[in-house]
Amino acid sequence: MSATVQQPAPSPEIVTLDTTVVTSWKAPIAFAVFTLLALALAVFAPQDGETTFRLSTQSDLIQLSEITVPTMPALWTTIVLLAIATAYSAVLVSSKRRVPLWLIVVFAILFMFGFLTWAASGAAIPVIGLLFGSLSLAVPLIYGSLAGVIGERVGVINIAIEGQLLAGAFTAAVVASLTRQPLLGLLAAMVAGMLVGMVLAVFSIKYFVDQVIVGVVLNVLVIGLTSFFFSQVLAPNAGLLNTPPRFERLPIPVLSEIPIIGPVLFRQTLVVYLMYVAVALVYVGLFHTKWGLRLRAVGEHPQAADTVGIKVNRTRFWNVALAGAIAGLGGTFFTIGSGIAFNKEMTAGAGFIALAAVIFGQWDPIKATLAALLFGFASNLQNTLSVIGSPVPSEFMLMLPYVVTIFAVAGLVGKVRGPAAAGKPYIKS
Amino acid sequence: MSDPQHPDAAGTPGPGKPELDIDVAIEEPGAVAPDEEIAADGAGAPGGTAQAGADVPPPSRWHTMLHQITTGNAIISVLAVLLALLVGAIMIAFTDERVQETAGYFFARPGDMLFAIWDSVSGAYAALFQGSVYNFRRDTFLAGIRPLTETLTFATPLIAGGLGVALAFRVGMFNIGGRGQMLIAASVAGWIGFGFDLPWGLHMLVALVGGLIGGALWAGIAGLLKARTGAHEVIVTIMLNYVAFYLVSWMLRTPGLLQAPGSSNPKTPAMKDTAIFPSLLGPQFNLHFGFILVILATVVVWWILSRSSLGFRFRAVGENPNAARVAGINVRNMYVYAMLISGALLGLAGVSQVLGTVTTGFTAGIDAGIGFDAITVALLGRSTPWGTFIAGLLFGAFKAGGFSMQAAEGVPIEIVLVVQSLIVLFIAAPPLVRTIFRLPDPASRRRPVPNVSQEVKVK
Repeated sequence: MSATVQQPAPSPEIVTLDTTVVTSWKAPIAFAVFTLLALALAVFAPQDGETTFRLSTQSDLIQLSEITVPTMPALWTTIVLLAIATAYSAVLVSSKRRVPLWLIVVFAILFMFGFLTWAASGAAIPVIGLLFGSLSLAVPLIYGSLAGVIGERVGVINIAIEGQLLAGAFTAAVVASLTRQPLLGLLAAMVAGMLVGMVLAVFSIKYFVDQVIVGVVLNVLVIGLTSFFFSQVLAPNAGLLNTPPRFERLPIPVLSEIPIIGPVLFRQTLVVYLMYVAVALVYVGLFHTKWGLRLRAVGEHPQAADTVGIKVNRTRFWNVALAGAIAGLGGTFFTIGSGIAFNKEMTAGAGFIALAAVIFGQWDPIKATLAALLFGFASNLQNTLSVIGSPVPSEFMLMLPYVVTIFAVAGLVGKVRGPAAAGKPYIKS
Repeated sequence: MSDPQHPDAAGTPGPGKPELDIDVAIEEPGAVAPDEEIAADGAGAPGGTAQAGADVPPPSRWHTMLHQITTGNAIISVLAVLLALLVGAIMIAFTDERVQETAGYFFARPGDMLFAIWDSVSGAYAALFQGSVYNFRRDTFLAGIRPLTETLTFATPLIAGGLGVALAFRVGMFNIGGRGQMLIAASVAGWIGFGFDLPWGLHMLVALVGGLIGGALWAGIAGLLKARTGAHEVIVTIMLNYVAFYLVSWMLRTPGLLQAPGSSNPKTPAMKDTAIFPSLLGPQFNLHFGFILVILATVVVWWILSRSSLGFRFRAVGENPNAARVAGINVRNMYVYAMLISGALLGLAGVSQVLGTVTTGFTAGIDAGIGFDAITVALLGRSTPWGTFIAGLLFGAFKAGGFSMQAAEGVPIEIVLVVQSLIVLFIAAPPLVRTIFRLPDPASRRRPVPNVSQEVKVK
C-alpha cells in the first residue's frame, strides 16, 4: 500500500531538472575579431624598431628601469597569446562552460599591450602619464555613472547626467571665483546638481512625466541656462566671475611612493580622492546596508516595497537628489578640478558617455566605474599617441574607444537587464 | 478599426493584441488617472448622484463649455508656451544692463526700472517675432514675409529628424544617434553632389537616395546589433555618433575623399548646381525643395504608422514586445526596420542641410546639433507625425527668430533653448500648469459627491 503511494513521488520531472548551461559564442567570436585585428596590423602595417615602456617619472623615489621590446617579435608573441586565449575560450564554450571574467581582462590587457607596442614603435610610452591622464579623464565619467546607477537602481532613469555635470561645472566656477574657495565651489556644485536632480524627481514622481523626456529636456535646459548666463554675465565679467582657483594636488605621504600605482592613484586632487570614497560608499551602501536594500527594492518592485512600509516616492525623490549631488560633484572636475574657466557646453557629451558606462557596467557601481575608466583610458591613449606620433590617423585613434565599446557591448555584454521598475512611475492605488 | 492589410491583425489572440487607437507612444498616467476616477465616481455611488442631482441644479451650457475650454489640451499648450516665454522674459530682464542700473535706485524712481524691463523684454520678443514670422519694418509684403520662409527653412531638417526619432520612439527605441546618421547621410549626399556629373534632376535624386541609404545603414547597425545581440541601442547610437564624427572629420581632411581639391581646410567643395535642391519661392528666399520632401515624409510616416501593417507591428512592439512576440510578430526584424526608417529620416535631415541650406561645401559641423534638437521636437510632438511637424515648425521659428534677436537686441540665442525646453516640460506636466494658473482639474467635472449618509447630513 505504502509502496504504491510513494511511487509517484520521485516523479520524472524532478529527475530531469538538470542544470541548463546557456552557452554563448559571443566571447570567442569577439576574441577572434580582435585577434584578427592584431594580425591585420602585423601583416599589413609592420613596424620596424623597438618600443620602450617608461614605468616611472623623474621625481619618483623608487626608479624602475625602462622596458624595451623589439616591436615585431613582441607583436607576434602577443598575437599567438591572443590566439591561445581565443582557442581556450572556444574550448570552454564548446564544453558548456562560461568564459570567466579574468580571461576577458587578460585578453584586453594583452591586446592593449600589442597595440601600444605596434603604435608607439620607435618611441617611448610614458606609462605613468598615460594611466594618470586616463584616471583624470575618467573622473567626471565615474561620478556621472555613479549618479546613473543610483538613479536607475531606485527606479528613475537619469538621462540628465550631462545637465547635472554642466550645472556643477558652472556653479563651481562662479562660486569658487567669487569666494576664492574651491571647497565652497565644490559644495555649490553639489547643490546645483542636486537641484537638477530634484527637478527630475519632481516631474517624474509627482507629475508622472516620462523620465526620458524630463532627462533629455533638462539637459537642453541646463545647456541653455548656463550658456545664456555665460554669454550675458560671465563673459563680460570674466575676471570676477570666471577665474576659478584650482584644487591643489595632495600627494598622500607613503602611498604616493609606491611604484606605478603611487603616482597614478595617490598624487591627485581632492576631487579624485572623494571619488574613491564615493565609489566605495555607493558600492557598500547599495549592497550591504538597509538604505541600499530599500533603494533596490523600490527600483525592482515598488509595490512590494510599499507593502512592507517603504515610502516609495519619498525614497525615489531623495535618492535621485543624492544622485544629482554626486553628478554635480563630478562636474567640478571640469572647472575647479583642473583650474579651467567655464565655457559653453564644456562637458561635451561626458554625461552621455557616463550613461553608456552605466549600461555597459550593468547597473553595478564597480563595473560602471571600470567601464568609465576604460573610456578615460581610450581618450587619453589618443592624446599620448598623438604626442608620440603614431602611424594611424588621429581620427581613427579617437574613434577606437567607441568602436571597442560597440564590439564589447555587442559581443561580451549582450542583452542586459536593468532594474525592473526603472522608468515607471509608481502610482499608489 | 483593425487593419485590412494585415491578415493576422483581426485574429490576434487577446494578450498579444495591443490597442489600435493609441496616439501617444509615451503615455501620461497623470492624464489617465483622473478619467478612471470619474468612471469610478459615476459607477460607485448611484444613490448619491441621484440625491445630489436633486439638490444641485444642472450646470449651465456656458459653464460646461468654459469648463471644457479650461481643461482641454489646447489651453495647456498655450499656457505652457506663455509660461516658458515669461521665464525667458525674467531672464532677459534680469541680465539686461539698463535694468540692473535702474534697479540701483528702484525705490526712488521705480518707473525707470519698470520701463527698462518692458523695453528689454518687448524689444527681444518683438525681434523674435519679426525674425520668425513677419517683419513689419520692411516696405513690401515679399520682404516682410521673408522671416516666415526662414522659419520653414530652419524647420525642414528639424521636422525630418524629429520624425525619425518619433518613429523609433513608437517602436520603443531611443535613437540618440541623429548626429551620426546626419553626418553620414550628408557625406554620402555631398560626395555624390560634388563628385559626379549627372543631368539635372537625376543628380539630385541620386544624391538624395544615396544620403537616405547612408543614414539608414548607419542607424541600421544599431538596429541590427540590438536585434541580433541585444546590445542596447542607446549605447550603440551614442558611440556611432562619435565614430561618424571622427570618420567624417578624417575624410574631410584627406585629399581625394571629401576635401576640396587645392585646399587645406577640412571642408568639401561646393555642390554642383544639378544636385542642389531648387528653391521654392525664387532666389531671394532660402526656402528649398527639402520642405516639400519633409511634408511628404510626414505623410509617409503617418501612413506607415497608422495605415500600414508594418506600422501596426511597429506599434505593437513599442507597446509590449513580449506580447507582440506571442502574437507572431518578428520583434527582431521590427527593430531593424524601425532603425532603418528612422535613420533614413534623419538622413533626410542631413541631406536637406547639404543640398538645400549649406550648398557651398560643408564641414564636420554640418549637423548643427539638429540630431539632438530632433529628440526635443519628437517629444514635443508626442511622437505623432503631425505633432512632430508642428513642433518642428515651432522650433524652426524659435531658431530663425533667435538669430535675429541676438543680432538686433544682443540677447544670446541660448535663451531659445531655455524657452524650448521649458515648453516641453510644461506641456508634459499638465497638472503643474493647471496648478500655476489655478485651472479646474478635468477630474472635477462632476461635483464630488459627499460620501455621507442621510442621517449625518441631517445633523
